[in-house]
Amino acid sequence: MNAYLPYVFCMILFCIGIYAILSKRNIIKIILGVVIAEYAVNLFFVLVAYKAGGRAAIFSETEVILPESMVDPLPHALVLTSIVIGLATTAFLIALAIRLYGKYGTFDITRMRELRG
Amino acid sequence: MTIESIVPLFVAIPLAGAFLITLLKRIKGIPDTLGVLASASAFALSIMFVLKMEMGQRVICNVGNWGGFQEVLGRIVGIQLVVDGFTVFMLVTVNLIAFLVAVYSMSYMTRYTEKWQFYSLFLLMLAGMNGVLITGDMFNLFVFVEIASLASYALVAFGTGKKELEASFKYAVMGGVASLLILMGVIFLYSNTGTLNMEDMTRILGSSENPVLIYLVFALFLAGFGLKAAIFPFHAWLPDAHPSAPAPISAMLSGVLIKALGVYTLVRVFYCVFGFPEKVSSIFMTLGALSMIIAVILALKQWDMKRLLAYHSISQIGYIILGFGIGSPLGILGGLLHLFNHSIFKSLLFLDAGSLEYATGTRNLKEMGGLSKRMPVTSWTTLAASMSIAGVPPFAGFWSKLIIILACIQMGLWFYAIIAVLASILTLASFMKVTRYAFLGEIRNKLRNILEVPAPMLIPMIILAIICIIGGVLLIPGVRQGFLGLAVEALSRARGV
Amino acid sequence: MSKEQEHGMTVIVKTVTRLTVGLIFLYGIYIILHGHLTPGGGFAGGVIIALSFINLDLAFGGSVSSKIFSKGSTGLVEALGAVMFLALALIGLQYGGFFVNFLHPDGEPGQLLSAGIIPLENIAISLKVGAGLFGIFLTLIVLQKFESEKK
Repeated sequence: MNAYLPYVFCMILFCIGIYAILSKRNIIKIILGVVIAEYAVNLFFVLVAYKAGGRAAIFSETEVILPESMVDPLPHALVLTSIVIGLATTAFLIALAIRLYGKYGTFDITRMRELRG
Repeated sequence: MTIESIVPLFVAIPLAGAFLITLLKRIKGIPDTLGVLASASAFALSIMFVLKMEMGQRVICNVGNWGGFQEVLGRIVGIQLVVDGFTVFMLVTVNLIAFLVAVYSMSYMTRYTEKWQFYSLFLLMLAGMNGVLITGDMFNLFVFVEIASLASYALVAFGTGKKELEASFKYAVMGGVASLLILMGVIFLYSNTGTLNMEDMTRILGSSENPVLIYLVFALFLAGFGLKAAIFPFHAWLPDAHPSAPAPISAMLSGVLIKALGVYTLVRVFYCVFGFPEKVSSIFMTLGALSMIIAVILALKQWDMKRLLAYHSISQIGYIILGFGIGSPLGILGGLLHLFNHSIFKSLLFLDAGSLEYATGTRNLKEMGGLSKRMPVTSWTTLAASMSIAGVPPFAGFWSKLIIILACIQMGLWFYAIIAVLASILTLASFMKVTRYAFLGEIRNKLRNILEVPAPMLIPMIILAIICIIGGVLLIPGVRQGFLGLAVEALSRARGV
Repeated sequence: MSKEQEHGMTVIVKTVTRLTVGLIFLYGIYIILHGHLTPGGGFAGGVIIALSFINLDLAFGGSVSSKIFSKGSTGLVEALGAVMFLALALIGLQYGGFFVNFLHPDGEPGQLLSAGIIPLENIAISLKVGAGLFGIFLTLIVLQKFESEKK
């Protein structure tokens, strides 16, 4: 297997997300597009930190784990942060979608015509 | 208290203010007081910093005292907060506007319910912007960009009408995509350099050659931060989002948010981390010129006052980007001065639009007229700001535009100089329209009984108008060294000029 | 009792929830308190605690958990957590820097009471995350009710 293949799949996932944002009319589908793109980026970050046969970066009293065999823990911590940010964005977008549905009675973005340009 | 320990307070004070407001929301008057106090103290701290900074000085604060590991491991561990000349300049700009806007909101926001939510979100946005300015760490930059953006999405939707919700949705989706692009760029940089600290990154990138990846990162950052800054191909969300927010927030968004999240980050990343290569310089200049001219043409046909102002924001951001794109010390000086001036007069114009809306209940220029007699202060401050944005001497905007055009000519870029002059003339034309329709002419019958807005709204407008008029003072050699000079020096050194 | 049965899921789900919800809550607290020793910590523990409340809502339907923990109080607890976290960071300024571990900086591996301010910060984060997440859930639920009333 090509070592670059996971990265390529990640990029394809990201492109699917962007495609959904750009082409879908339903608000919920647009939000799903944002979420998919976001997961692709997070997955990509985790993949960057991947190391074949790597161990968690925790020292143990019962066995000897060399620092060289540990994975880089920083991306994992950062991915957690970016997932939380994503959660906040998604929650906000969904709340907006519910309010928009209350105002217009539809999720179709082409029927929301207050703003142009 | 050492100067290093002041640095985190720029984030901590607004953040504490925001959460204390949520805790104490039931007590009457607390949200206003805390909001004004927090932004005032942040402004006072930034002024203190300007007075204490020396030329070429960098104040570095290691969060959690992880700095000691630097000697052992040979690289920086943990988050660093770095304040240099450019940061101080931006801190003063952001906190000045934030303080004045907080004062203005005291009476403007009485029209809305849930004032505490407004002040809480406002302070969160301020904390995010200050964080973007002081951080020296790539991922931390992303986190603060997100804090400020999320608060601004919510503030755009604050009115919860149809327009506001729709604009906020558009803005939030665009902003979300921009953040993802930025994060992707940060990941590529991290995987290439193995560090998140900007200083380390500069060193590692300077010593190794990896052009393909770097160009990918350039593209990602240009698109991501460009979306936040609303420069030309990425500007579509701004004319919807900025007018939909309450007027003080429009002033914050147009005045400082797009600069702190967009222009500052672009300049910081491309100057200080990548050393500003020639290719990026020409991209900056092209995008700057395009946003300048296209946005001002679109602005000419607008009748909604706030929408017109929003288009002008894109155009003026074009000037700033052009100034930074030239990259000579004179161009940087022009870009910085125009950034400062634009945040002053654009905030003032949005506050004026808010006052007009507060008094007359409309934003449509066709429904106004003859207001100069009923609202003298608003009309005079609008005139000062309009003259300044159009670049009429001796107002502040004239000097910054002059410097940018001179910098163009100095580098032999006649084409860009001509576009800058042309955009300036069109700006003047479109502001003549505002003055003509809103303030001159016959007063309409239904507007005969309107009154000037209350004092807390007038005082910030008057202060901003005074800065608009005397803004050229910043160029006097003694003053320039202490404020603009610091920033120019920091950026020129980063570029190696 | 009859009204309660109209809402929510079947008796099986309700009984299982009744039995497990306390355990989930306790497990969340365990994760928070051992945040400096094992994987997990304030964030994960806070999410688990929020889930125990959400679980109640899902099983019994409607407003069971919002009687225990209303939307207003989630905002308060969230702000309290944030202020606590920030205060811990700012106290560090007295001891030489932002976020300095001023209580017990060295720590002993495997000891519960050893890591200085880290467990305290974990508790603050868990308050913020738990209340925040549950607050988001309640917000979306309330909006949904508002929609169905309108129809």
